[in-house]
Amino acid sequence: MIPAGFDYHRPADLASALSILQTHGDEARVIAGGHSLIPMMKLRMAEIAHLVDLQDITDLKGITVGDAEVVIGAMTTQAELIGHDGLAARLPLLREAALQIADPQVRNMGTVGGNVANGDPGNDMPGLMQCLDASYEVVGPDGARMIPAREFYEAAYFTARGDDEILTRIVIPVPAAGTGYAYVKQKRKIGDYATAAAAVLVGKGGASVAMTNLADTPVWSEEASAALAAGDIEGAVAAMLDAIDPQEDMKGPVAFKKHVAAVILRRAIAQAQARAA
Amino acid sequence: MNDQVMSPEQRAANLKGMGCARKRVEDVRFTQGKGRYVDDIKLDGMLFGDFVRSPYAHARVVSVDTSEAMKVPGVVAVLTAQDLAPLGLHWMPTLAGDRQMVLADGKVLFQGQEVAFVVASDRYAAADAVEKVVVEYEELPVVVDPFKALEPDAPVLREDLEGKMTGAHGPRRHHNHIFTWEQGDKDATEAVLAGADVVAEEMVYYHRTHPSPLETCGCVAAMDKVTGKLTLYGTFQAPHAIRTVVSLISGLAEHNIRVISPDIGGGFGNKVGAYSGYVCSVVASIVTGKPVKWVEDRMENLMSTAFARDYWMHGKIAATKEGKITGLWCHTTADHGGFDACADPTKFPAGFMNICTGSYDIPTAYLAVDGVYTNKAPGGVAYRCSFRVTEAAYFIERMIEVLAIKLGMDAAELRRINFIRKDQFPYQSALGWEYDSGDYHTAWEKALNAVGYDALRKEQAQRLEDFKAGKTRKLIGIGLTHFTEIVGAGPVKNCDILGLGMFDSCEIRIHPTGSAIARLGTISQGQGHATTFAQILASEIGIPADNITVEEGDTDTAPYGLGTYGSRSTPVAGAATAMAGRKIRAKAQMIAAWLLEVHDDDVEFDVDRFVVKGAPERFKTMKEIAFAAYNQAIPGLEPGLEAVSYYDPPNMTYPFGAYICVMEIDVDTGVHEVRQFYALDDCGTRINPMVIEGQIHGGATEGYAIAMGQEIAYDDMGNHKSATLMDFFIPTSWETPTYQTDFTVTPSPHHPIGAKGVGESPNVGSVPCFSNAVHDAFRPFGLTQSHMPHDQWRIWKIANDLGLHG
Ligand SMILES: Cc1cc2nc3c(=O)[nH]c(=O)nc-3n(C[C@H](O)[C@H](O)[C@H](O)COP(=O)(O)OP(=O)(O)OC[C@H]3O[C@@H](n4cnc5c(N)ncnc54)[C@H](O)[C@@H]3O)c2cc1C
Repeated sequence: MIPAGFDYHRPADLASALSILQTHGDEARVIAGGHSLIPMMKLRMAEIAHLVDLQDITDLKGITVGDAEVVIGAMTTQAELIGHDGLAARLPLLREAALQIADPQVRNMGTVGGNVANGDPGNDMPGLMQCLDASYEVVGPDGARMIPAREFYEAAYFTARGDDEILTRIVIPVPAAGTGYAYVKQKRKIGDYATAAAAVLVGKGGASVAMTNLADTPVWSEEASAALAAGDIEGAVAAMLDAIDPQEDMKGPVAFKKHVAAVILRRAIAQAQARAA
Repeated sequence: MNDQVMSPEQRAANLKGMGCARKRVEDVRFTQGKGRYVDDIKLDGMLFGDFVRSPYAHARVVSVDTSEAMKVPGVVAVLTAQDLAPLGLHWMPTLAGDRQMVLADGKVLFQGQEVAFVVASDRYAAADAVEKVVVEYEELPVVVDPFKALEPDAPVLREDLEGKMTGAHGPRRHHNHIFTWEQGDKDATEAVLAGADVVAEEMVYYHRTHPSPLETCGCVAAMDKVTGKLTLYGTFQAPHAIRTVVSLISGLAEHNIRVISPDIGGGFGNKVGAYSGYVCSVVASIVTGKPVKWVEDRMENLMSTAFARDYWMHGKIAATKEGKITGLWCHTTADHGGFDACADPTKFPAGFMNICTGSYDIPTAYLAVDGVYTNKAPGGVAYRCSFRVTEAAYFIERMIEVLAIKLGMDAAELRRINFIRKDQFPYQSALGWEYDSGDYHTAWEKALNAVGYDALRKEQAQRLEDFKAGKTRKLIGIGLTHFTEIVGAGPVKNCDILGLGMFDSCEIRIHPTGSAIARLGTISQGQGHATTFAQILASEIGIPADNITVEEGDTDTAPYGLGTYGSRSTPVAGAATAMAGRKIRAKAQMIAAWLLEVHDDDVEFDVDRFVVKGAPERFKTMKEIAFAAYNQAIPGLEPGLEAVSYYDPPNMTYPFGAYICVMEIDVDTGVHEVRQFYALDDCGTRINPMVIEGQIHGGATEGYAIAMGQEIAYDDMGNHKSATLMDFFIPTSWETPTYQTDFTVTPSPHHPIGAKGVGESPNVGSVPCFSNAVHDAFRPFGLTQSHMPHDQWRIWKIANDLGLHG
């Protein structure tokens, strides 16, 4: 469990970080909280010659809560996100979900940007961001561009972000007042990734449904969302079961995961509906 | 107040002796991060070793090319089997009478097996060089199923044993067969089964798991070429046995070997055996003349050092219509992996599995165990239990439940009518043991009353109705267990490991000012020996526990002993401590009599002093006696006050307990919640109630993990599927149930202080208890047996198979 040797860079601003990425190409990788990347390096599943630590870039930190949208800097830790009362008041779904990620030690280090950029289907934030219809700002040599979370994830560890781009901010539209929400996650223990997790928004004639760790990307389902918006819970569940593609692993076989996915989704829907004004 | 006027009770309290909830003296350093573990040892010029391991479960090793690895800066050597062969060290003996490759000799038999050992100036260079060793493998067919391993055309795993039809434990009947061990009366048992009113039959599997101590295994070998002395620091549960084994296999004289077990971060059986890392570190240190450290990481620990269980126990239990058990039959297929590296007493290749008649008066019984080789890691150690005792307890406690189902009886009642009665002790079991003492009925009634058993059953029945009416999706399971352990191995007449008798020892030196040091042949791995052994001694010799240092783990200073596992420390070394203390007291009596100018017989011991009989105002305290021992010329007595005792126990001890678990189970998700866990333990005399409580909490938490999720899993190719703590379940405080502890006290009649040992009871007792709770929840729907671990998907599968998902 010892990583291969690497050079460590710690730029103070985004421009320097981008230029280090440019110089070293795919030999370089940014590191945020390190709680996904370092385990991969220790297992030597990732060998990275140049690590570019983003933690001194203050522009990447911070949470802005507006009436129409919320903006979260990529380097905001999951603990900071949980601790922000203004954010919790405006977007309670975020705190509810973040509290179910790993454990306090991991959340003190792990960042929101790292969680969404990582591309691991086990991460909770990507499905959540798809449910919320968030967009990510990425900045590269050609400047900044926005990518909707629903278009960001291509396959496990493959995203729409270019290797030379850095994810800087997450922009989340604030759901209409009175929208019900829920994040329900089944896991084997504290610190475990989801066996199945569901993010649900429902109310005011609209709905959005996404699930985590049931395919090689997060799964936001337009059909499921539309069905739920129309009040058809079983239709939503059926559409979601169609969209997911779980794999057998130590958490259990496929039939189990599908069954649990449906149960968890129904529970999340029930909870969200109960919270809708 | 001084000791002239204190009451005997106050003086006794000051000793903090037996029965006192004294705080653990070790915890001051542990809770401050000041413990000194193997990995904390840093010696000048120390090198680091790291293994190249096999990615295959079964393969021929065609070639090992170390040339690129040798070029990595800092690399000093890369050892392969070829380098060890001239020394005869490419194989090593196992504690089970088999032998095991130190480094792959022509083939590998399990994934993670050691193939080459890189030695470098730091662990980073070593890890880099491991990647550069090029090994060419030729894959061979893999066998991970012990039943398939015994099929006639199964691949030959141990080619080195080709043609050897006799092993360390008798005849082998197949190339992958290790031994058959039989106990009891086969014919009589089969006759009972044939004529019985009722016979329940079941296959009970105790899955493969792993002790996974917080600190993994490791060592530092330091060969001093000037003095010719080898010092070996390591995570050893049996430092003296390791010294003897190292001497035997290396040819170094035993007095030139010093083995030191520093603080150990948990062992649970994982640290009893000898590992390739130890041998390679010693060889590397001898070759380089420098200290060599090897510490495995978590994945290596889970993949290669000793696992536990993997017992397929086929059982038949016979009873009358009224539920009186008349016979028990068990055939076990034991998966030992690629080498037989169990750590059982030599004459017991399946440990004390023959305690499987449990707490019950079963007149006729038969047990056979077949040991089998497969392409899995070796081990089969006693994970927080005496040798194979958790397997035995799990087996009988499942069979009792299965019988209760067959009889349509309440399982608590079935136990009650079959318990060995108090007046039957000492009890001779059908499988050859003499149970020393017990009062099972009292413990059982106390436990049932404490949890309100009848009310619980009513609540459960109501819940079942609600479930059937569609009002809830949660069931209640009530898990019952009454276990009897056999610990404290053991009498030298039948217990030895590699010929070393399983006695243990204590040496005491009283200092002139009345404090003391006691050294033992055991070694604490978190059990709190420094606390409890001082308490035994305090009560025996009247010196406050706070003034007694307990030291273990250095073979140059401690007396010879067989170490700590199998709950043997208190039954064996604890007895030695009491006996050595009594020798001190006997001499102290003579000194006191001389000082008081009376005859030896005219003084008697009184808590912390000797008093003149009938004249309690005339006394000498132990403190005064200690001083006199060193500065008075007492006619006929040597100066000094020291004693040593080597204790060979006359029998094992038989702790027991009654555990009850109440569990809520969500049939849709397989998620469970332990609502209540009640643990009554009878470990005989209680030395320190707080330490006991801590042991129960820790052991029950391990039991919870094992029953509810922890497993070492392989796929068909022999790939290890649970080599990280993401998949290998270790509960956090969040998952850990709340425990309610209780006790009865039935002292051991043959132990000097009546103590039986407790460290392992909670693991032995809780595993069947949790498992029985899961089974019990589904009993109304026809479930008889479902194998552990009861993780979410397996519980879900029970419900699904029973049609509970609609
Ligand atoms: C024991 C444990 C349990 C866990 N359980 C969960 C869980 O239940 N749910 C969950 O969601 N997560 C879980 N995690 C993961 C944790 O939340 C990580 O912190 C998170 O996935 C990654 O965030 P990070 O800041 O640590 O990113 P890092 O590990 O530093 O980076 C992850 C990846 O993202 C890239 N990256 C990071 N930041 C940026 C950026 N700004 N722009 C571009 N690329 C970037 C990195 O190059 C890297 O490839 C767990 C982790 C551990 C160790």
